[in-house]
Amino acid sequence: MIRDYFRVLLVDLATGKGNVAKVEGRNEYAGGSGLGALLFSIYGHPTRPWDDPDQPLIFSIGALTGLFPLMSKTVCSFKSPYHDQFAESHAGGRSALAIRFADYDAIVIKGRAPRLSCLSIGMRHLEVKDVQFLAGKDVFATGKMLRRMFPGSGHRSILRIGPAGENLSGMACINADTYRHFGRLGSGGVMGSKNLKGIVILGDGSFAMPEGNEYTKVFDEVYDKMTGTDMMSKYHNLGTAANLNALNELKSLPWRNLQATSDDDIAGITGEKFADETLLRNAACAGCPVGCIHLGFVREKFMEQNQYMYRQVAYDYEPIFATGSMLGVTDPFHVLTIMDEIEKAGLDVMSGGVALAWATEAFEKGLITEKETIVPLAFGNAEGYQKAVYYMGEAENDFYAALIKGSLVAAKKYGGEDFACVLGQEMAGYATGETFYVAEALGFRHSHLDSGGYSWDQKNDSKDVNAICDFLIGDETGRAFITSMVACLFGRGVYNDEQLASCLNSVGYSEIADNMDTIGERVRALRWKMRFDTGYDPDAITIPKRYNEVTTWKGKTDPKFLAELKKEYGNRIRGLVSEEALIRLGLEKNDKN
Amino acid sequence: MKTLTASRMERCIGCHSCSFACARQVHKLLSWNTAGIRISSSGGLSTGFVAKVCLACDPAPCAKACPTGAMKARKKGGGVLHKKDLCIRCGKCAEACPVDAIYLDLKSRPFVCIHCGRCVKYCPHECLEMIESESTKRAKKEDAL
Repeated sequence: MIRDYFRVLLVDLATGKGNVAKVEGRNEYAGGSGLGALLFSIYGHPTRPWDDPDQPLIFSIGALTGLFPLMSKTVCSFKSPYHDQFAESHAGGRSALAIRFADYDAIVIKGRAPRLSCLSIGMRHLEVKDVQFLAGKDVFATGKMLRRMFPGSGHRSILRIGPAGENLSGMACINADTYRHFGRLGSGGVMGSKNLKGIVILGDGSFAMPEGNEYTKVFDEVYDKMTGTDMMSKYHNLGTAANLNALNELKSLPWRNLQATSDDDIAGITGEKFADETLLRNAACAGCPVGCIHLGFVREKFMEQNQYMYRQVAYDYEPIFATGSMLGVTDPFHVLTIMDEIEKAGLDVMSGGVALAWATEAFEKGLITEKETIVPLAFGNAEGYQKAVYYMGEAENDFYAALIKGSLVAAKKYGGEDFACVLGQEMAGYATGETFYVAEALGFRHSHLDSGGYSWDQKNDSKDVNAICDFLIGDETGRAFITSMVACLFGRGVYNDEQLASCLNSVGYSEIADNMDTIGERVRALRWKMRFDTGYDPDAITIPKRYNEVTTWKGKTDPKFLAELKKEYGNRIRGLVSEEALIRLGLEKNDKN
Repeated sequence: MKTLTASRMERCIGCHSCSFACARQVHKLLSWNTAGIRISSSGGLSTGFVAKVCLACDPAPCAKACPTGAMKARKKGGGVLHKKDLCIRCGKCAEACPVDAIYLDLKSRPFVCIHCGRCVKYCPHECLEMIESESTKRAKKEDAL
C-alpha cells in the first residue's frame, strides 16, 4: 500500500467491468486533492457537460491515509452539476480506510449503468449489481438495504444517494456511512446521472508495516497529541456547534436569509443547548480517535396513546446555521427534524437550508406563492420547511426543480437575485466580512475551508487588499497539501509542516516530505487549471447585493473595498495558472485536454 | 491472570484505534482485520458498535477443535495461545468460536486476541480494560473454599 505510484481502479458502469491502472505521479501530486485533479486531467472531458456518461467520478485517498490518526478523509472530484465546472468535495466516514485496505489509491467511475445499480468493490471483487428496486428510496432506507445485500460490517463503506441525486440536483450529496457526506456541489447528482445508487467498498486487505521502528514511534507521537492534549478538545467537546454562540456574539451569524447577523434567540440553538438537550452520543470516522461526530435525537409522536419513534441526527455548526438561524428556527429539536428530512432526501444541508431561506424571503415578498411552494414558507415554521425539503428532493414541480439547481437558477426565473445568499454556491455560515465573502465566492470549492478567510475577518479589521490576498493565497497552499494526504482539516493544528514531514519520512515518502511546499503549489495549480479549463471566470461571479447590507462587528460592508478585493483576488487566482507558474511547477506538459 | 475485556462498548465511537494498535504492535501489520479485536456496527451505525474479541472461554472450544494443537488453552485464566508453526490453516478454530472472535485472513491464518492488553491505551473512551477473567475468579473462589 506504500508505493511510488498510484494504483487506480477504473470502472465502466456501462459494461460492469473494470481494470487496475498504474498511474505515475506519487512524488508530484501525493494523493487526495492532487490525485483527483491528476486523474481528472487524464480521464475528464473539460468541454463536455457534467452529465456526459464518459465524465469520471473520482474518489481518491492520500499518501498517509490509514497510516496515521485523522488521515481519514476521501476526496471526490467531478464535473459539477451546480456550475458545470471541475469540483471537489471531501467526506469522512469509513470510505478512506475502506479504499486503503482494498489496496487502491483511487477509484475512477465512468459510463452510465443501463439500470439503477450499485457498485461493490474490494481487494478481491468487483461487481455492478442491478438495484432498480431502490429507485426513489431515501438515503436511510437505501443504506439499510445495501447493508443487508453486501458483507463486511464494520470494515466497509456504504456511499449512496437519495431522491435528490436521482433527480440530478446540483445540491445532491453523496451520503457516506449515514453520518458523513460528500456534501457540496452536487456529487450526488453525478451518481444519479450514472444510474449509480450506491457504492459499497470493502477494505479486506492487510499489509506489511513500514520497515524499522520509526513508524510506530511517530504514530504514537501523533496519537498522543490528538488524544492526550487539549489540541482537539473543541472538536470532541461541544463540537463545531460551539461556534454558534461565538459567531452570533461577533455579529457574524447569518439569520433569516442574512437579514441579520445576530439575534437574542440564539439561546435555543447554541452548542450547549444541543449538547444538554439533544446529544445522544458521539461517533468517529474510521481511524480517528477524536470522535467529532455529534449525534442528537428527534422524537416524533406518530399515533395517539403515546406511540413514539425516534431518529438519530448528526449535527454540526454548519447544518445548525443552515436549518436553524438561516431559517429563523430556534428550537433544537425542530432544527434536527429539518436536518433529518434533508438527510433522507440526500440533499446537501448547507445548500438546501440556504436555498430555502431565499425561497422564504421570496415568498414573503410575493415573488412566489403557494402555487410554487405548495406549502406556505415562513421563517421559524419548521413544519413547512420539513415538507418543502421533501418537495425539493422529489423535484416536485418546476419551482422545486429549479431551486435544487441553485437559488440563483430559481431567482433568475422568479426574481429576487439581490437577496440570494450565494457566494459561488449557497453560502457557508460566516457573515464575517468582506474577506470571507470574496474568499468563498471565488474559492476553488466555494467553501470556507479553501482558505481561512473567515478566520482573517474575525481577527483583522484592515482593508489592505494585498495583505489579504497574500494571506488567502498562502493559506491555500498548505491546505492543498494537507488535503492531498488526506488529513481531516480539524487535525491541521497537529499536522504542521514538521509533523507531516516526520510522518512521511517514517513510512518512506521522503521525497514528498522534502517537497511539501512545491507539491502544495502544484496541486493547487493543477486544480485551478482544471477549473479554468472547465469554464471558471472570476469576473463572471457576482456577489449579490444582500452582502452590501450586512453589518458585522466591523460595521457595514464597504462595497468599494469588496469590489477591489474581489478583483485583486481574481487576478491572483489567474496568476496561479499563468504560463510561467505552470512551467515552474512542471504542469505545462499536463495539457492532454 | 487478567484478560482483555470490552466492558464499556456503549461508549465506543467506532474509530478502530484498538484494531489498528493490535495489528501494528502484535502482528506487525497495517489492517483493521488481522487483529485480535475487531469492531463492527451492531446492525448499522445508528445502533452503536460491538467488539469481536476473545471472551477467554475456559475450556476454550477453539482449542478443542484444533486438530494439531496449534490453538492451545492458556494454563490459567482462559483464552488461548496460537502456535503459528503448528497451524495447518484448517479454520476449525474460527468455526468453533461461538462469538466470531477469530479472524481468518486471505490465507486462512487465524488471528485471535492474546490478552496482552496493548490495545487498551489506544481506546479514547476507555471501553477496554484488563480484568480478571471469570475463569480466574472462579479458580480463586475454589481455592478459598
